[in-house]
Amino acid sequence: VLVAKCGLDAHERGVHVVSRGLRDNGFEVVYLGLRSTPEAICSVAQQEDVDVIGISSLAGGHREFLRRLGAMMKERGMDDVLLVVGGVIPEEDVEFLYEQGVRAAFGQGTPMSEIVSFIRSNLRSQGAADGGR
Amino acid sequence: MRGAPELFDAAIHGDTTATARLLSLVERGGESAREVGCLSAPRAGGAYTVGLTGAPGAGKSTLTSAAIKHLRSLGDEVAVLAIDPSSPFTGGAILGDRVRMQEHAIDEGVFIRSMATRGHLGGLALATPEAIRLLDAIGYHWILVETVGVGQVEVEVAARADTTIVVVNPGWGDSVQANKAGLMEVADVFVVNKADRPGVADTTRDLQQMVELSAHMAHERSDRQEPVWRAPVVPTIGHSGEGVADLWAAVLAHREFGTSNGSLERRRRDRLNEELREIIARRLEQRAREISAGDRWQELTQQVLDREVAPWVAVDAMLGAVLQ
Repeated sequence: VLVAKCGLDAHERGVHVVSRGLRDNGFEVVYLGLRSTPEAICSVAQQEDVDVIGISSLAGGHREFLRRLGAMMKERGMDDVLLVVGGVIPEEDVEFLYEQGVRAAFGQGTPMSEIVSFIRSNLRSQGAADGGR
Repeated sequence: MRGAPELFDAAIHGDTTATARLLSLVERGGESAREVGCLSAPRAGGAYTVGLTGAPGAGKSTLTSAAIKHLRSLGDEVAVLAIDPSSPFTGGAILGDRVRMQEHAIDEGVFIRSMATRGHLGGLALATPEAIRLLDAIGYHWILVETVGVGQVEVEVAARADTTIVVVNPGWGDSVQANKAGLMEVADVFVVNKADRPGVADTTRDLQQMVELSAHMAHERSDRQEPVWRAPVVPTIGHSGEGVADLWAAVLAHREFGTSNGSLERRRRDRLNEELREIIARRLEQRAREISAGDRWQELTQQVLDREVAPWVAVDAMLGAVLQ
């Protein structure tokens, strides 16, 4: 799982909690840190051969960011990589995000078990299900 | 889904996604990892491998990033393997070395891969040697290997790298620490990173004295016949890049030393010997697990339990089967 923050958002707390939760469920989490661009996220995801990209957003700007990320993933043939978002996502944005290729949006207070089971059941390869990255 | 030969062909033509997929196969182990190994072996040998090791938080990732920057400024392409620990409890891992290397994320001349140790001790992952060979075969001339944050004895990287850099910080210990066995023995180059903090001079002096002593003793041991490498001690400030050019000059000097007197070749031969021994040990271990089951095994266990035979006699009886 590649975990990153979008754009200028510098609120790291949530992304740490989710990374930790994934780690404790047996996932290998590549943490990219703050201020990533869609381009950097795509390149890193390719080099790390990840199954999942998780984007954390708190400060907004996620619409444009994910539009660009989704388009770039499509362009690079990364259709089999599961893209999910989490954080403060207004309900009216969710439909838009799905259209950009986002497969799930986890709002505040989502239990870790829900995130884990969604990822497990939607991984591209079942071989990765017992320890995906 | 592309097979290993197809992926390999794409990788040597610059397809980084293929390289990444091959590394995943190597990490997963088993039959497909062996297939990748067979593809890599004949093409490898052109790369120079530099290991960076040191305590957690010493600045290995930041220095690695600075070294990448230095190499890129010279126009060289570089591959990096950044190792972080897997949880011994859940098998999961947080691979965070990338955080310090963000500026290289979209540089096509830099390939960075995070690896989890997946239960392997020693500071590296089990698949690291094979991953190095793969990157070598694909055509990267420089391969940097950053170990997990180590304590005093995790020195496996020294056996895997052509040059090993040990990173310490000012105020990290005294001359007794410097003379302890283990990590301190494997350095080809010492870095005193975070040199903008107090205590650099003391730490540098302690290390230099230790290096002198080691060199003197090595010289005596070889009856003053063999040239002895004295590990330079280089102060750096990783986040500003200060001292990194000096660090790299020290690495190049060590390479020159190794190539000119044959010690690099010996080191690589030793490394291969060691790797082959490990593969044999793993195969035998697997075989041992296979035979420690079944009727014959139960029968022998019972005999040992009933005090009819000593454990080693029972083992001897089974060993015939392992060694076949």
